Amino acid sequence: MSEAVNFKYIGTRPVRPDGVDKVTGRANYGADANLPGMIHGVVLRSPHAHAIIKKIDLSQVRLLDGIYAAVSGNDFPEVSSGSMGGEGGGDYKDLAANIMARNKVLYHGHAVAAVAARTRELAVEALALIQVEYEILDPVMTLDAAMAEDAAILDESMFTQGVDPKPKYPSNIASRIEFKRGDIEQGFLEADIIVESEFRTPTVHQGYIEPHACLASINEGGQATLWCSTQGHFDVRAASAKVLNMDLCDIKVIPSEIGGGFGGKTVVYQEPVAILLSRISGRPVKMVMDRDEVFRASGPASASHTRVKIGARSDGTLTAMSCWMAFEAGAFKGSAIMPGAMCIFTPYKVANFYIEGFDVVVNKPKVAAYRAPGAPQAMYACESLMDELARKLEMDPLELRLVNAVEEGVQAAYGPKFNAIGFRECLEVAKQHPNYTRALKEGQGRGVAAGFWFNVGMQSSAEVHINENGTVMVIEGNPDIGGSRASMALMAAETLGVPYEKVRVVVADTENAGYTNVTGGSRVTFATGMAVIQAAQDIISQAKQRAAATWELDEDQVDWQNGHAIPMPGVNADVEPLSLARIAANSGRTGGPLLGRASLNAKGAGPGFSVNIAEVAVDRETGKTDVIGFTAIQDAGKAIHPAYVEGQLQGGAAQGIGWALNEEYIYDEKGVMQNAGFLDYRIPVASDLPKIDTHIVEVANTAHPYGVRGVGETPIVAPLAAVANAVRDAIGVRITELPLSPSRVLESIDGA
Amino acid sequence: MGSFAYAAPDNLADALAVLEQHKNAGQRIQIFAGGTDVLVQLKAGDSEPRTFLDVKNIRETQTISLKGDSAFIGATIVCAQLYENLALKEMFPGLIESADLIGSTQIQGKATLGGNLCNASPAGDTIAALYANKAICMIAGKSGSRELPVEDFVTGVGRNALKPGEILLGLKLPKPNANTSDAYLRFIPRTEMDIAVVGAGVSITLDDEGVCVDATVAISAVAVTTLLVPEAAQALIGSSVDEVALQAAAQASSAAARPISDKRGTKEFRRKVVGVLTRRAALIAANRVKGEAE
Repeated sequence: MSEAVNFKYIGTRPVRPDGVDKVTGRANYGADANLPGMIHGVVLRSPHAHAIIKKIDLSQVRLLDGIYAAVSGNDFPEVSSGSMGGEGGGDYKDLAANIMARNKVLYHGHAVAAVAARTRELAVEALALIQVEYEILDPVMTLDAAMAEDAAILDESMFTQGVDPKPKYPSNIASRIEFKRGDIEQGFLEADIIVESEFRTPTVHQGYIEPHACLASINEGGQATLWCSTQGHFDVRAASAKVLNMDLCDIKVIPSEIGGGFGGKTVVYQEPVAILLSRISGRPVKMVMDRDEVFRASGPASASHTRVKIGARSDGTLTAMSCWMAFEAGAFKGSAIMPGAMCIFTPYKVANFYIEGFDVVVNKPKVAAYRAPGAPQAMYACESLMDELARKLEMDPLELRLVNAVEEGVQAAYGPKFNAIGFRECLEVAKQHPNYTRALKEGQGRGVAAGFWFNVGMQSSAEVHINENGTVMVIEGNPDIGGSRASMALMAAETLGVPYEKVRVVVADTENAGYTNVTGGSRVTFATGMAVIQAAQDIISQAKQRAAATWELDEDQVDWQNGHAIPMPGVNADVEPLSLARIAANSGRTGGPLLGRASLNAKGAGPGFSVNIAEVAVDRETGKTDVIGFTAIQDAGKAIHPAYVEGQLQGGAAQGIGWALNEEYIYDEKGVMQNAGFLDYRIPVASDLPKIDTHIVEVANTAHPYGVRGVGETPIVAPLAAVANAVRDAIGVRITELPLSPSRVLESIDGA
Repeated sequence: MGSFAYAAPDNLADALAVLEQHKNAGQRIQIFAGGTDVLVQLKAGDSEPRTFLDVKNIRETQTISLKGDSAFIGATIVCAQLYENLALKEMFPGLIESADLIGSTQIQGKATLGGNLCNASPAGDTIAALYANKAICMIAGKSGSRELPVEDFVTGVGRNALKPGEILLGLKLPKPNANTSDAYLRFIPRTEMDIAVVGAGVSITLDDEGVCVDATVAISAVAVTTLLVPEAAQALIGSSVDEVALQAAAQASSAAARPISDKRGTKEFRRKVVGVLTRRAALIAANRVKGEAE
């Protein structure tokens, strides 16, 4: 651990700069953009889960008064295959086919056509005039069905990658991956005890409250402007350019405030459609999904099936861990099987492991990132089985984890050696926590689980402008989801030595900020924060030059302390310290405005570890589970704004509890989702949750000037298993499939 | 597209006239109170143009009267008015609780008792409590008024016994004596903002020795309409509402249920839990009579 540092601004809890507009309703979200002459675009969606499009006839709808444009897949350019990169991954060709179906529809709700009309109501009415002829195919709705020998094939050109020799027949299995170390068979031979089980999780949605929304306007010269709610406007620009075969520089993307994303707004759906409709109509086109469309046609998280086997000595030391895991990708390849497989055993030191994973297509919407994509499903399986192992060994479950916990210097299952990490510290905090030992009543149970997420760095840019009175503008390119303006301002204030209140942060569009990767991967406070710090240091260096010139000293004779230039200790100069405000006021005489900048590809994102304690009460007669206590402990490296770190921990816990207890896509036999609304897709409401206690562990990430490691995703990893383990503790039966809905819990109690 | 019309007469005669006029002209008209169901249905697909007849300004539908042997609750009294009325809460704690379970606080400021009944959802929260309290529907029409027991009013999923031209004015409930009380429980997977997967309303009358002399049991979300379960009531009558009687009542409710499996719960789950809720509601009602803490 690094030594304690006394920060002046970092670690305080000021009000967020965007707060007033957000609580008063003044903030502009995706659907709030409007332009004169604007018309409204809506999408015709497939009524079938799996079908061949024989014919689409738009002639009738185009004749209707008030309809300005109508398009189907044929109106979009051919897009060739190519990796999209970024957190969501995926392929541009698939993206194009997801945005507007070509030849085949692959899920109920798949876009097949779009119209733009004078009003949204007219556009909706006009959809009925579009004639589509389908040849209906069998829907493939589960991993078992998709992987079966005789399964209907979604994509005849898909041959499983990663198997040798190359398969002769097409398959719904897009790829197979494998990770291993040591000798797995020998590892199990060395075990005194072996536990194994299999676990399933359902399709779930991020549940962001703001639906996808955009407004596109393209001029006669072919230059488009797009206002939208997104986690990454540079990615929207890249994807829209690719899908429409436009030049990047002909699309300007202006991000709105964002009402939640959680990974789900790293993908584009309507934006290229809106640009195309605008090009045809010559008018600005607005498109806003309704909730039903968000559920049916945006990207949920994978359903999963995982078989796990763990071997240990009687003292708890792990000797072997193996797993077989399959993730649903939805209609197109590209689930989070890779990160899921890479993280499943990462919290533990084990000499022998074997991991086999499958990416499988099914007739559901293409999955998108959801906080720590792949990790919650994978670690639900591992951490549930670790709980069973502790029970078999009659060992404290935290102690079992402490015996095997990874630490600095250990080679991670996914490759690199860990730098300083805070996993052991989190486990120790949990062990000492009063919520771990307080007495429970009859019918109540407690469970613990660990969580892990890699976190990423990636590319960021930032500028710092000093106003003529010494106040500070920070210009950056990450939509603010979790309070990042406040964090950026705190880091700039700390670096420059000026008060937080004197710093303003601007989230600039694609033409006014340097290239910056998405708000995702828990990267913003780490990577963009580092860019802001470097840009502020650039300012300091310039300010010292200006002071040196003013004082007729050499540059290296000037130091920077508490927002002032001062002579270095030992430098004989009879001068008063120069504040940033003074230097700014005189900047016209010393070389012009102060403008600092930095761009980087950040390396060394510190991995995040967490430990959760869940306490539940189960009604044995109805199967209903109430979460009566929840404690989230996580290593944040350094909490720049502790309240927002706590908010991340609590938000992840809330979403993880929903995933554990009630959330799931329910389909009928035709592959039609039955619960595409918040009434029957049950995310927790406020009264469903106890106060979620938090404890921030701070083991500094040495790669960041202030020790930051990402905190946005790790919080959702552990709750699934923590809740499941608590329910196991309460009812005495292990349920191996989520959600732990009342029907399922009651069935298990009655069946036991 | 056709157009919508809205009428909000301030007296019954005018309201009946509007209904009559539409009936004679063969024009669609829909009675509208809080709108918390109607507006959702309109948005969800039934967007055919029609006239909405807002009945909230009619004095009779806005009345609460506790004079005489019966209580009268106007059809457009909203949930919040119900649970803020302490006298009503004292008399019909179960019914008032059922009104307090609907939607959110905001919805409860608009959603009405009459609307919940007329919407006739199998899962309607106040309906089982109204059945348990032997409520009588007070109906007005051009040719006079009529009374109908609530269990005859609900005729199917989303269907009620109102004839074209008629308005539900309110509900008349026999006032409970000191030895009678009620309870309503529903099961939802969450704590609020949800629709009953199963519901049970029970009214119980005990004699001075604590023996049950009268009971009404109604169950909801387990058939196309809320059901009265006389077998469950019989199981309680004559007992001291002990565990044996409660179990028998629970079994009777489970046996009477004709549930389906859907996105909200399985058939087996509903059948079992409707028994559990019957037992728990009966116990709460009995304890209320005895004045015991719940």
